[in-house]
Amino acid sequence: MPLMLVFSVFLLIRGHNEVGGGFVGGLVATNALMLYAIALSPAALRKLLPVEPHVLVSAGLLSALISGLIPLLTGQPFMTGLWLKNPIPVIGKIGTPLLFDTGVYLVVIGVVTWILLTLAEE
Amino acid sequence: MILLAYSILLGILVSLLAPLLYRQFRRFSAVLAVFPLAIFIQLCLVIPAIVTGETLQMTVPWVPGLGLSLNLRLDGLSLVMALLISGIGALIVVYGGAYLHGHPFLGRFYSLVILFMTAMLGVVLSSNALLLFVFWELTSISSFFLIGFEHQKANARAAAWQALLVTGSGGLAMLAGFALLAKITGSFEISRWIESSATIITDPLANAAFFLVLLGAATKSAQFPFHFWLPNAMEAPAPVSAYLHSATMVKAGVYLLARLFPVFGQMALWPVVITALGLLTLVSGALLALAQTDMKRLLAYTTISALGSMVFFLGLGNELAIKTAVIVLIAHALYKGALFLVAGGVDHGTGSRDIAVLGGIGRAMPFTAAAAGLAGLSMAGLPPLLGFIAKELMYETTLDAALPGLLTGLLLVANVCMVAVAGWVGYQPFWGKPGQKDLHPHEGSTGLWLPPLILAILSFLLGILPQLTGKWLVAPAVQAVLQIPAKVKLSLWHGFTPMLGLSALTLLLGIGLLAARRRIQPAITAFWHALAKFGPASMYPRSLHAVLSFASLQTRLLQNGYLRIYVSSIVVVTAVLAFVTMALRSIQFTIPTFQPPRFYDVILVGIILIATFLVTRARSRLATIALLGSIGFSIALIFLLYGAPDLAMVQFAIETLTVILFVLVLYRLPKFKQFSSRRARIIDLMIALMGGVLMTILMLMVSAPDSDAHVARYYVENSLPLANGRNIVNVILVDFRGFDTLGEITVLAVAAIGVFSLIKLTAKGKPKRQVPVTGEKNNASLHPALSRSPLLNALNAGVFSLPAHSRTQ
Repeated sequence: MPLMLVFSVFLLIRGHNEVGGGFVGGLVATNALMLYAIALSPAALRKLLPVEPHVLVSAGLLSALISGLIPLLTGQPFMTGLWLKNPIPVIGKIGTPLLFDTGVYLVVIGVVTWILLTLAEE
Repeated sequence: MILLAYSILLGILVSLLAPLLYRQFRRFSAVLAVFPLAIFIQLCLVIPAIVTGETLQMTVPWVPGLGLSLNLRLDGLSLVMALLISGIGALIVVYGGAYLHGHPFLGRFYSLVILFMTAMLGVVLSSNALLLFVFWELTSISSFFLIGFEHQKANARAAAWQALLVTGSGGLAMLAGFALLAKITGSFEISRWIESSATIITDPLANAAFFLVLLGAATKSAQFPFHFWLPNAMEAPAPVSAYLHSATMVKAGVYLLARLFPVFGQMALWPVVITALGLLTLVSGALLALAQTDMKRLLAYTTISALGSMVFFLGLGNELAIKTAVIVLIAHALYKGALFLVAGGVDHGTGSRDIAVLGGIGRAMPFTAAAAGLAGLSMAGLPPLLGFIAKELMYETTLDAALPGLLTGLLLVANVCMVAVAGWVGYQPFWGKPGQKDLHPHEGSTGLWLPPLILAILSFLLGILPQLTGKWLVAPAVQAVLQIPAKVKLSLWHGFTPMLGLSALTLLLGIGLLAARRRIQPAITAFWHALAKFGPASMYPRSLHAVLSFASLQTRLLQNGYLRIYVSSIVVVTAVLAFVTMALRSIQFTIPTFQPPRFYDVILVGIILIATFLVTRARSRLATIALLGSIGFSIALIFLLYGAPDLAMVQFAIETLTVILFVLVLYRLPKFKQFSSRRARIIDLMIALMGGVLMTILMLMVSAPDSDAHVARYYVENSLPLANGRNIVNVILVDFRGFDTLGEITVLAVAAIGVFSLIKLTAKGKPKRQVPVTGEKNNASLHPALSRSPLLNALNAGVFSLPAHSRTQ
């Protein structure tokens, strides 16, 4: 499972230029968490998660929204993609679309985990 | 102006921080009033510029793709409104702190009031209609929360709903009207509409646009027959009633009509419809007021009447009438705001607002009584208060209009009622005979009597300085409405004119009515009570009930909880609509030349076919799931082989997830016991065939060579330079169509909340039966995210039309 989680983050980061992206990354991470829940128990999954799933969802929505709002500060229209000039080692170039993609990633994980835990604990 | 614009936007931030500030500085929370006060002072500083005919503007592009930008514009009309909003806002914050002292939700109150103020300033400063709409709805929403402030009370909740539904649906109509205007002129800028007024009023859509916008204004400003929400909104705390429901928000509709007067004013319909609407509201509001005994409801009905008079004068539309409308607007905001605050103070000091009970409390509450007296005199229209000037002008305008006899007569009736109500609220509770002995009145803290007193004194000051009022406040506003320079000379004394005679007559009759309250009021109440079941207020529960029963009908019909019905109805509807469209447009498609299939294509297609056949024969859920899974994985492999790695990856992940989720809920689901009948299967087969044929045709059309190749080329060419990414699919998702994706993840989040609440809430009521149903729904909720636009768009443009490019990846 740690491997899958790391892989999902890898997918998320490289998504803009190579195959991958926040959506797929989120799904892969979710799969990892689901398998964990099946292997042990939903309760174990809940214990594993640092925050409640709905917090993940709201954090994801918020970061997607913020990524859209950042360009407003520089006087550009909502949701203009902004990029830092210099790439950061390992991660590569970062910019607001990456933040946006992170939002998608978090929302996907949060939503599915939330639904699953709700179902499983019912 | 820039400073002003930013300080208004700052309001949203202040609103968010207000509860925190309140928690930190509990005792000094009235310092929040500094914020509206600062805006008020800034506005005062620009008055000289506005008087010379300048308008201040600023523009920040916001969502240029939608034609939406933050265009703010300050002219005379906006200035008057903005001064009222910020000035009264500051007083309301102070008053609210005292009125709700120690209330557990005081922090929330501050937050909502500041939010409302920001929204309201936005409404009067927007020069872009879409922006105006956004702020307009924001005022409705903050009004909803403020009316429902005492949310433990069922009445307050119902009143909040009612206000939101009435003004909200009016707002939607208004948006439709704006859209029509934008269609005619090609712009959402109000200034453009004014320029092209001649084109607009000759357009065939003009009438529709006019009535739709009017609907928005009439619901917001509580015009007949939408007036009923306003008295019910009196469930709100007194400062809210004073601020939103008399001084500012309800004037938004009047403001909108005044703002659009240069656009629609020359229409033949304008004088007829607007005048009739205003007159009806003016008279009915005043007469309805007579039946009330609650101070706030009395004031609410007279507010409706006053709003009606403003609309009426806007309808007449000559220079004198516009001038009158502006003066009435200012005078009304000042005296009515003060009286509402007084009503709150009386309630606070005695525990009652019933004028049948109250009396003789003036000695114990001298400052409140003084404020009430001054404001009441202004409402009754006595010199030297601003209300007097307003009333003289009203009579002058109607005497000058067509049908002077009728109009003046109706106006007289309404004004007589006003005088009476002013006495009932401003005089009798304080100096009249008490209906009950043990009132124990006491004066509240300074914050409770100072704000109404300030407003009342302002009515007095503006009244004794009529030239200044006319020049600095009224003239610029009149000029903004008429779009020509206007000179306004106001004075208290015109000599012995017919207007003065009418004023005196009004006063005499009014005082007669005032004194006779105890004798006549029961009769009036009984009369209106008998009429009530024909009134528009009874339409509200009826239409609400109709909507609800329609909703439950269509829920039973469409949302019956059986996944198979959902699937088949979706497929049938889609297929029928698509086929009809194709037939109507006689769409043609060519069958492309096929490349010879490769051997792994054959194998995969073979697997899919066999699995599909077996699914229909499967006798256990586990087998079905496994077979469906193998179909999904084979499709993913095909995606991979044809150069759509992103899609394949998503498909793999989704398939895995679906299987996992199925496994989780599997043992909760019942076994396949009943199999469908032969007839049902044939029907299902037909539906499936329809869907299959449709998809085949669509695929053929999509793969036709010329289909939207330029869209694909655009994405391919601009992906790297514009969006800095080489993965076109992802770039489309997060950048080009990022707005859609934002919407989608929101939908996803809402779906999750829905699943959560469905399961958690229904679990309490009827636990067993609901489980499989919601279990099925939950899978359905995953798919919309996949099937909606950006991804499809990406597939369409980035993948299928361009196999050659993608394969090289």
